[in-house]
Amino acid sequence: MSVVSEAVPINNISREDYLSAFRWMLLARLLDEKMANLYRAGKIFGGVYLGRGQEAVSVAVGMALRKGDVFAPLIRDGAGRLAFGEPILDAIRTCMGSPLGPMRGRDGNVHRGHPREGLLPMLSHLGSMISVVNGILMARRYKGNDGTVGATCLGEGGTSTGAFHEAMNQAAVEKLPLVMLVVDNQYAYSTPTSRQFACASLVDRAIGYGIEGHSLDGTKLDACLGTLQRAVDNARSGKGPQLIVAKLLRLCGHGEHDDASYIDPKLKESPLGCDCMKLAETNILQQQWADETAIASWRTEAVQKIEEAVSIVQREAAPDGYKENWQALASKHLGEVYPEA
Amino acid sequence: MNSITYLEAIREAQAKALKDDPRVYIYGQDVGAFGGAFKATKNLANEFPGRVIDAPISEDAIIGSAIGAAIEGMRPIIEMQFADFSTVGFNQIVNHAAAYFWRTNVPLPIVVRLPSGGTTGSGPFHSQSMEAIYAHYPGLIVMTPATVEDAYSMLIEAVAIDDPVIFCEHKYLYYHLKADKLPSEALPTGKARIARPGRDLTIVTYSAMVHEALAVAEELKTEGYEIEVVDLRSIKPIDTDTVIASVARTGRLLCVGEAWPWGGVTAEVIARVATEAFDLLDAPPQRLNAKDTPIPYHPNLWSVHRPTSRSISDAARKLLQT
Repeated sequence: MSVVSEAVPINNISREDYLSAFRWMLLARLLDEKMANLYRAGKIFGGVYLGRGQEAVSVAVGMALRKGDVFAPLIRDGAGRLAFGEPILDAIRTCMGSPLGPMRGRDGNVHRGHPREGLLPMLSHLGSMISVVNGILMARRYKGNDGTVGATCLGEGGTSTGAFHEAMNQAAVEKLPLVMLVVDNQYAYSTPTSRQFACASLVDRAIGYGIEGHSLDGTKLDACLGTLQRAVDNARSGKGPQLIVAKLLRLCGHGEHDDASYIDPKLKESPLGCDCMKLAETNILQQQWADETAIASWRTEAVQKIEEAVSIVQREAAPDGYKENWQALASKHLGEVYPEA
Repeated sequence: MNSITYLEAIREAQAKALKDDPRVYIYGQDVGAFGGAFKATKNLANEFPGRVIDAPISEDAIIGSAIGAAIEGMRPIIEMQFADFSTVGFNQIVNHAAAYFWRTNVPLPIVVRLPSGGTTGSGPFHSQSMEAIYAHYPGLIVMTPATVEDAYSMLIEAVAIDDPVIFCEHKYLYYHLKADKLPSEALPTGKARIARPGRDLTIVTYSAMVHEALAVAEELKTEGYEIEVVDLRSIKPIDTDTVIASVARTGRLLCVGEAWPWGGVTAEVIARVATEAFDLLDAPPQRLNAKDTPIPYHPNLWSVHRPTSRSISDAARKLLQT
């Protein structure tokens, strides 16, 4: 591998961080593509939701957080999850419903996590994860465990919910170290931003909550890394909740079932429609931080990792409904017993 | 103290929970220095600084933050100002908290206190009984204490349970119901109580309606009937065994609930008795609920809308004569 080292950071991002972010993004993109292929092959039971075009901003959250922090990702955060430390096996096992995965076939695809390790499994109801992160941060403060940060992600559509407003206001009132990343990807499923909100920019909402706001171009990895790191540092140093609004274009359907034919072609051709992966790759080559051979070898390595993990999961037994413990309570003795008909 | 009310018992139970376990805290609207809309947290903010916390008017975020705190090992007690307002936090309760253990294997010990049921002049949005709605969702325990003793001991037990508990405390009983002292022992959750033994008819009920049913039993005694009153105490789980054992003694079942009729607790109890103990019934089981309309404001309307000792005794006589 020939890598030309040049310590010229793009907007103060070091070569090391930039390349590390790029490799997580690459792994996330390739994992998404594998999941889409498995979906088309009928190997996945529910939907498949990709993060195509959002890898830069997502990876920036995962990288800005430390071990011990809390992360509540949303559906397009494959890159952020990997950078935060989620094993590839978790993603594949959850998508394929393996009983060995964190959700044991009981919940699927993007609804996965390890709550006690700070990675929260998302609810489909948008905005509902924010107050849960708030609660973890409130509990830590109560226990005197300061210094950790909680981050969560949402699309611009999710900001229209009452849950978003309640939780942002709660975080502001409690002055919590919450980092709220809103990815304005121009469409909430098929609904354009013009039908979602009427303010000039969603970041202006930070003023209303009395918190700090940041906006950025979500197609540019250096801007993403720099801004997210600053926001996380601010939260960690006691400056209260941080709202970050990243603008970009979703480069896929809402899920793989959706051909996204409604996306305005003009947007695709605008700067918003740039693919953050391609931009980052071009930058790496221009900076001479790595050459094409090196990038190709990273790709091969990532594909290999993914294929190995998929083949492990494909050999795992499926869950068995007749052996399942149909008990929703932790207090087993309080479970209802319904006689079989 | 000479006597203690149902409301004071709830306050005392919370004081004990706060005292015994540093993981317990109270969060809700006006619960802090003000002591709560009904004073169920009176002076607790002073006694336990930093642990009885005023929340913004944000039921969704209140429950959501309790979920987060419970993940982190805390045992939150949430006060909804009125049960009716819990609909704003409904998503967090039924989709997030209730499903969490099943999905993740992480238990969520959260108590959600719902000041429930009708009081004079409270109207459609400060009177609701929501126990059946929450009981419908897997992963929740639903308590409906009818006595001062149960208000105290069940709330203490609720805090100790590793699952989300919906604690339906009846506002009508807050000041009306008194006991000499707090109990030192109690039936465990999931066990119903024979509030009054009898042999001619079983009335199965819970919460404030227990007292209406007891009044009916006293009234019908003068007519020569012995009515057995079963207080369910918790409606999820329901103690089907105690209900069926009672029906085995009496052969007649009347279920009474203050909530609306469609698909509620009374329907559930009758379904269980009909499917598991049909042969024990000497007459078709009956039920009595509130009318299927929103809850009215004027006392003349309200007293007819919900079951009262008058309508219960009419229903009981009819069933006794079947």
